[in-house]
Amino acid sequence: MTKRLQPEQCELCPVNPKAKLTRLGMDAGKFDHVVAVAGNPNVGKSTVFNNLTGLKQHTGNWPGKTVVRAEGGFSFAGKGFKLIDLPGTYSLLSASADEEVARDFILFGQPDVTVVIVDATRLERNMNLVLQVLEITDRAVVCLNLMDEAARHGIRVDARTLMRELGVPVVPATARSGEGMVELLQSIHDVASGAFVCRPKRSWSEQGDVRKAVDALAEKLRDAFPGLSNVRWVALRLLEGDDRIAEAVRTGELTVVGSQALTKETEDVAA
Amino acid sequence: MSRREEILKTAEKLRWDLGERVHDHTVEALHAEASRIAGKVIAVSGEKPAFNYERILDALVTNRWTGFPIMFLVLAVVFWITIEGANVPSSFLAWILLDTVHPALNQFGGAVGMPWWINGFLFDGVYLAMAWVVSVMLPPMAIFFPLFTLAEDFGYLPRVAFNLDSLFRKAGAHGKQALTMAMGYGCNAAAIVSTRIIDSPRERLIAILTNNFAICNGRWPTLILIATIFIGALAPPSLSSAVSSVAVVTVVVIGIVMTFVVSWGLSKTILKGEASFFSLELPPYRPPRIWQTLYTSVIDRTLIVLWRAVVWSVPAGGVIWLVSNIYIGDSSLAEHAVHSFDPVAFLFGLNGVILLAYIIAIPANEIVIPTVLMLTVLVTGMTELGSGAGVMFELESELATAHVLKAGGWTLLTGINLMLFSLLHNPCSTTLYTIYKETGSAKWTTLAALIPLAIAFLVCFVVTQLWALL
Repeated sequence: MTKRLQPEQCELCPVNPKAKLTRLGMDAGKFDHVVAVAGNPNVGKSTVFNNLTGLKQHTGNWPGKTVVRAEGGFSFAGKGFKLIDLPGTYSLLSASADEEVARDFILFGQPDVTVVIVDATRLERNMNLVLQVLEITDRAVVCLNLMDEAARHGIRVDARTLMRELGVPVVPATARSGEGMVELLQSIHDVASGAFVCRPKRSWSEQGDVRKAVDALAEKLRDAFPGLSNVRWVALRLLEGDDRIAEAVRTGELTVVGSQALTKETEDVAA
Repeated sequence: MSRREEILKTAEKLRWDLGERVHDHTVEALHAEASRIAGKVIAVSGEKPAFNYERILDALVTNRWTGFPIMFLVLAVVFWITIEGANVPSSFLAWILLDTVHPALNQFGGAVGMPWWINGFLFDGVYLAMAWVVSVMLPPMAIFFPLFTLAEDFGYLPRVAFNLDSLFRKAGAHGKQALTMAMGYGCNAAAIVSTRIIDSPRERLIAILTNNFAICNGRWPTLILIATIFIGALAPPSLSSAVSSVAVVTVVVIGIVMTFVVSWGLSKTILKGEASFFSLELPPYRPPRIWQTLYTSVIDRTLIVLWRAVVWSVPAGGVIWLVSNIYIGDSSLAEHAVHSFDPVAFLFGLNGVILLAYIIAIPANEIVIPTVLMLTVLVTGMTELGSGAGVMFELESELATAHVLKAGGWTLLTGINLMLFSLLHNPCSTTLYTIYKETGSAKWTTLAALIPLAIAFLVCFVVTQLWALL
């Protein structure tokens, strides 16, 4: 029989990735990466946020609780991360205030990683938001939260298949009890550092004349904004008459978005 | 530049040709893909448990007939635990802060030879107000907030919103107003911030303007005390605490009714419009995390709200001491004010003391009762009871308080009207400041103060006139 290790010893063991975590609370200080936390309302975003930052932001079991964007920080494996808790939204399509805040941050705030927290018991509905986020950004991690609840309801979610389908890391977790947080940290770190290259599958495509229109517009956009990674999405938004995106095209704000993404990638390659 | 404009022009043209189809197309494609992926990765194993407690619970708490009674029962139990539980720690704190530290401070002032007015201003004015707020507010908040948070963590709040939604819609307001109203029972200022969950500016303004009718923490002690003295006393001793609880719940219900009436009135007049639709998700019930809830609700809510009240009570304490110690002619400022307010106040079944107390105590509702007692003693000249002019005090027993109030000319009508006035009057200055910050408009902030105040006077007036007729 081996002697049982005390939990404190585990915390210090170099093999334990959690030993690499320092919670920084509100004081993000100097940071290397910006991480946005998105998700449907009431899937435990604030719980994950608290878990990673050590902050005690109030959590509650009702949709729409987070009305103010919260920020916090943590350091993991020697890198500083700034975490932004976005308001919970079901989609990034319509124009309500909180959806716009979330969308604008993912698009213009240029987070290095966007973590999408997903309710494992309501995967289909949550998948809508995941797919929309993946249309905007390449660098995402999906956190399959509430796995305990899913198990209670006899729901099993195949995280590997989901990962293959989406092309980004998928981490099963139960944030309330802290399960899966270490793996989530590792995934965030890997995506931010470029160790894991996300290849989101935007497998569904437009049909018929919508497709033709998107093709035509996308080509023009590519010319005007070289390096823009989400050309088809921007084209679709313009076709839907999204004023904010039209404004970004007019003022050239999108150039910044594209070029920043570009320089970041080159930096990462250099590193 | 021209290239960008060209893109926009092309997009505009294509948009004309395609019309609404793009949006539908996008949404459909998205949902189809989501459903495909979900279908692929989800496996539901085993039989559903025969007894699904969530469904049964939902059927009960959102039922047309049982939903509301359960809601009021939960409310009553939360109130009862708060009222019962707060007594002991409250009197303990009062014993430390008021009976032990305060005399010690006065002695210290005397020992170092402080002038009487500095001593009085600092220790009898500022310190006492602060100590009062702490001993009266801290225990009920430390009990109420965790209870409320537990209900919230469990998932009960969205069910309350679901129950109230149809009523709010009929009043032309947003269903989520039920949630912000519930927050108001903790603190109106915090609730004003929480109205951000309401998307439509029109409905958000309605929620802000009517939030005042949810009784905040600072007003409970007033309601509970007055209900005990004037209404509980009507019943035989064995029933009196139950009767006073019922009286408090009645005031709460009047507040809810007023919320609907005023929301309806606003949506038919200055904030005209249709109620917007929204989807309200009933989240799964989750076992609340007791320790974490205790920690966060004590640190985040209780201490923050308490700190704010303490900050506001400091200047108020100073003002109370000053108005009762600055003399013009034979009587103090306070006496002058009380006597000139009296004739107006009697019209509304109140008295000058109450009005002056509300004006002085505008920063924090929780210092209303001590101010009332202090002013009453001052005006009736029962100096043997108090500790001197401008010194707020709490009497040992409700009987003694009743004695003072009755000597000050209080009747059952005064008690009822004070409760109504406390429920309906304008929000405290912290809340008004929050409203100003949230709306950015002096006009709406003014309305948020004047509408409730006008209603408060109107209701008290009507009650008084009816009382005279009976």
